[in-house]
Amino acid sequence: MAANSSDCTDKEQPKLKLYSYWRSSCSWRARIALNLKGLSYEYKAVNLLKGEQFSPEFSKLNPINYVPVLVDEDIVIADSFAILMYLDEKYPQHPLLPCDLQKKAINFQAANIVSSSIQPLQNLLVLNYIEEKLGSDEKIAWAQNQIGRGFSALEKLLEGISGRYATGDEIYLADVFLAPQIHAAITRFKLDMNSLSF
Amino acid sequence: MDSRPHQDTSGSFFSSSSDKLQLYSYWQSSCSWRVRFALNLKKFERLNPLHFVPVLVDGDLVVSDSFAILLYLEEKYPQNALLPVDAKCRAVNLQAASIVTSSMQPLHMLSVLKYIEEKVGPEERQSWAEYHIGKGFAALEKLLKDFAGRYATGDEICMADVFLAPQISVAVMRFKFDMSKFPTLCRIYEANKVLPAFQASLPERQPDASID
Repeated sequence: MAANSSDCTDKEQPKLKLYSYWRSSCSWRARIALNLKGLSYEYKAVNLLKGEQFSPEFSKLNPINYVPVLVDEDIVIADSFAILMYLDEKYPQHPLLPCDLQKKAINFQAANIVSSSIQPLQNLLVLNYIEEKLGSDEKIAWAQNQIGRGFSALEKLLEGISGRYATGDEIYLADVFLAPQIHAAITRFKLDMNSLSF
Repeated sequence: MDSRPHQDTSGSFFSSSSDKLQLYSYWQSSCSWRVRFALNLKKFERLNPLHFVPVLVDGDLVVSDSFAILLYLEEKYPQNALLPVDAKCRAVNLQAASIVTSSMQPLHMLSVLKYIEEKVGPEERQSWAEYHIGKGFAALEKLLKDFAGRYATGDEICMADVFLAPQISVAVMRFKFDMSKFPTLCRIYEANKVLPAFQASLPERQPDASID
């Protein structure tokens, strides 16, 4: 499951490891960024449903027990946003942020709408709670509502700015956050993107 | 998620040397608070009240969302930098900011608490808030234990402080949260509290502050 590098020789490749859960959209953001930059990495699976994030080995690496975690030689970085900013600074090929300050700000806004306004409100912990207290139907309704509101905000934000991609004709940070979230909305929560009123 | 606008909000004018920076802020919003704190740290002066919740207007450029605003300010106005140069320390600051802005604040914002109160029950509201606040602070305590100096990630005030200090204040004031299990965070908070930049950013000092 390690990504393939297309741009660097073996000698030039840094020894990167990514601790990831296959279904975690936060982990997914990190995988996209690594692939965009042509960085190969060792994939270390952490099964959240089995509680592997609490294993002694992983806890030593990240005492907060979150995925994703990036290991670059002796540097350990947790949190998808921190990982992406670190990668963008250390490996500047295929930059994740445009030079233009306004567009850069929009990318930050889009990323944060996903990571603060949407993802935390439909993650496993929250959904399990709602399902336990209010049932499965309510859980789905809640998730769809939170995601729908977030997508409405994003639609407004990106109106007139998007091109082939979120903020123009190049892939940037907004796309890296957006794509996994849209995928989750459609496949896990059966959100009908056409039914949203923008 | 940044606060939804309230009907009775007003805001603050911050002036830069070019006199074109406007901050739309709500006095009680911890997200607005972060931005006020950062603007004060970067030595922008406040002028007059205006409207809403963190939206920054800088000439022709409009930025909303507190994290985006702070990162924008960091790029455009590098004085009193809030992100350190060291890669690891930088990452820790961003991680701390993310914990606050993604794992904590969205879970105890008003709309979510109202939902919990209405659908699950009034007694659940407080326990839900406390659970998520506690989880976030536990993570931050672990993260910053080995990094903190006088401030969150060393002896200079940085982005982590800007997110942490308002969050601790809100947790204690609004949710009566007991911080005694988090000695590192308490110490960081005490150091931040006395700063003029923090004092000037306090909710009760804002033009729109009122007694609810």
